[in-house]
Amino acid sequence: MEVLKIATAGSVDDGKSTLIGRILYDTKSLTTDKLEAIEKTSKQKGYDYLDFSLATDGLVAEREQGITIDVAHIYFSTANKSYIVADTPGHVEYTRNMVTGASTSQASIILIDARKGVIEQTYRHFFINNLLRIKDIVVAINKMDLVDYSEEVFNAIKKDFEALMEQREYSDQNISFIPISALKGDNVVNASDKMPWYKSKTVLGHLEQLDKKNIFNSGTARFPVQAVVRPKTEDFHDFRGYQGKVYGGDLNVGDDIVVLPSKTTSKIKEIYFYNEKYDTAARRSSVTITLEDDVNISRGDMIVKSDDLPQINKSLNAVVCWMDSTALKPNNKYTVQHGVNKVLAIVTDIEHKINPDFSGIDKEAAQLEVNDIALVSFKLNRPIFSDRFQDHRTNGSFILIDNNTNNTVGAGFIQ
Amino acid sequence: MKSTAIINSLENEAIYILREVAAQFERPVLLFSGGKDSITLVRLAQKAFYPGKIPFPLMHIDTGHNFPETIEFRDRLVKELGLELIVRNVQESIDKGKVVEEKGKYASRNMLQTGTLLDAIEEFKFDACIGGARRDEEKARAKERIFSVRDDFGQWDEKNQRPELFDMLNGQIDLGQNVRVFPISNWTELDVWSYIAKEGFEIPSIYFAHQRKVFFRDGMIWSFDDDVVYREEDEVCQELTVRFRTVGDMSCTAAVLSDAADLASVVQEIRDSSISERGARIDDKRSDSAMEKRKQQGYF
Ligand SMILES: Nc1nc2c(ncn2[C@@H]2O[C@H](COP(=O)(O)OP(=O)(O)O)[C@@H](O)[C@H]2O)c(=O)[nH]1
Repeated sequence: MEVLKIATAGSVDDGKSTLIGRILYDTKSLTTDKLEAIEKTSKQKGYDYLDFSLATDGLVAEREQGITIDVAHIYFSTANKSYIVADTPGHVEYTRNMVTGASTSQASIILIDARKGVIEQTYRHFFINNLLRIKDIVVAINKMDLVDYSEEVFNAIKKDFEALMEQREYSDQNISFIPISALKGDNVVNASDKMPWYKSKTVLGHLEQLDKKNIFNSGTARFPVQAVVRPKTEDFHDFRGYQGKVYGGDLNVGDDIVVLPSKTTSKIKEIYFYNEKYDTAARRSSVTITLEDDVNISRGDMIVKSDDLPQINKSLNAVVCWMDSTALKPNNKYTVQHGVNKVLAIVTDIEHKINPDFSGIDKEAAQLEVNDIALVSFKLNRPIFSDRFQDHRTNGSFILIDNNTNNTVGAGFIQ
Repeated sequence: MKSTAIINSLENEAIYILREVAAQFERPVLLFSGGKDSITLVRLAQKAFYPGKIPFPLMHIDTGHNFPETIEFRDRLVKELGLELIVRNVQESIDKGKVVEEKGKYASRNMLQTGTLLDAIEEFKFDACIGGARRDEEKARAKERIFSVRDDFGQWDEKNQRPELFDMLNGQIDLGQNVRVFPISNWTELDVWSYIAKEGFEIPSIYFAHQRKVFFRDGMIWSFDDDVVYREEDEVCQELTVRFRTVGDMSCTAAVLSDAADLASVVQEIRDSSISERGARIDDKRSDSAMEKRKQQGYF
């Protein structure tokens, strides 16, 4: 079954948890025991409605503070798709969580409180969705029940958001506006009878009709080698296979390929998934391939089609989202993990900081603090084989690792 | 033209993760309980490394309260695939006085497993433990990473987790630390069952409807076995047709009434079911934060 990953963004109290809880409830994904727990807690709290946000709020610390503090994953499915929702918090200080959640998502839902309209937070949410090249965005204008389900309110907010869209860098992004009440269930899974003026799809209805064609950018095939398999058993005496996941496009038996960094050329001989042979290794499948020639290949090398090579560079220019409490400074050293390849990197320059709300850049920035976004250049000790992020979401991104703490401290989008 | 496009994206993801574990760590181990999730992991590993062998051993932390069917199944699978199996017993930890057996109506050895596990990790110097936990199981699990770093005491610090971006898995750790790896994080219970049914994997017989001596408590059905499962005098035993949705510790795993005797009917039953599988585990009901607390102490 097809899996669709969705990120959510909204400020505290815009109703994100309620929306997700409502989707779970209306798609009958809440089990009896969970529903009973929600009923019980709602009653304890003295509510006269069901507090669906309880379906998603996970950790104790969070429950105590009453806010979502990290990325949580929620699962539900319909007859035609499985959904994974990355629930990411919307406060200012959690840019990193939103970037994290959005990095694995193909679609996203941005929530706006109908009473507040487009606020500064909305700018940030949209900015990050745009930076991460999310293909499909639903702008859900929530709490319509509190503004008398007014078409004027909806239109005014839509207009403000459209003004914001003019500033975006990446325009190949489908954006739909949907007026909802997460609490009452209007236009979430079921169409509302309170807003006859809205004729288009519900939130779930919209997600249901998305398919591979409109959520994946097609690109070029990249095959980073995870491991080389040489079983040396009787049956597979001379077998030498390259294991990895195909990104961006398909690979076929007979394709002319180049191995990087050695630039050795060969042809794809066989494609295996487990013990079965295939003609085509489709994007995102984990396969084992063999080549016509004996080539010296190791983990971290990349196999690509000969007619479409990536950049092979020992320097790197990238938009970085900084995620650590220790600042990034020029001359600092990090490990760059680009797919399965790791190289050492030194920061050569912070060119400018980018305000994550479309308000421009700051050229004076001397260092990056947590949640800062900036254009940074690096020098590498070995080359990586990369594409620009705008051309290739997977091969155009990397993470930064601090070798003192081993933590993942930043995400990079190659320019 | 035969294309791998037909292959389920969850399966591709799990294979990618398993290959990363093998490449990034020195001494990985697959924690094997004999349940459907760990069987799925073993089968995925078989696919991931083919035509090579699975490059790590399995380890079973045996509570001593297992269903006999599970143990019989475990030994058969290990033999079939020619794998190395390590078994460490909770009973041994109790005998050595390292942990104390719980008493009373809700006593279980689930909590005690943690101590035995941490000792085994220490003993074998494992740096990565592959587990079959899924994020849909429980709210606290929903925030678990695919590579989840544990400190020298095996503890999980949920506020200090590494962000996981794109497909990139950062397995860099210091000596003494280890990582819990969850390749089927993104699978739901139904995904697991559908996969097992599609592939026709063999699983222990207790997952299918069978006649069993049981008794009722708190509206749940417990296996009758006075050696392992605590029972009050007035809790009377009867014979019913039941099956289990998980195969944990007998003393805290409840059965469900069911006629589902084959994989297809089990999948149908899960699809129609309105109770989550953890709903049948008594120790999670003790408190809403039960799981999170256990995880912080090193439970997998
Ligand atoms: N009237 C109304 N209240 C809502 C709606 N959606 C959410 N709320 C309320 O807004 C508050 C915050 O919602 P919650 O889902 O916790 O927000 P989050 O912080 O974005 O997850 C709660 O009291 C909800 O009951 C809605 O559509 N209408």
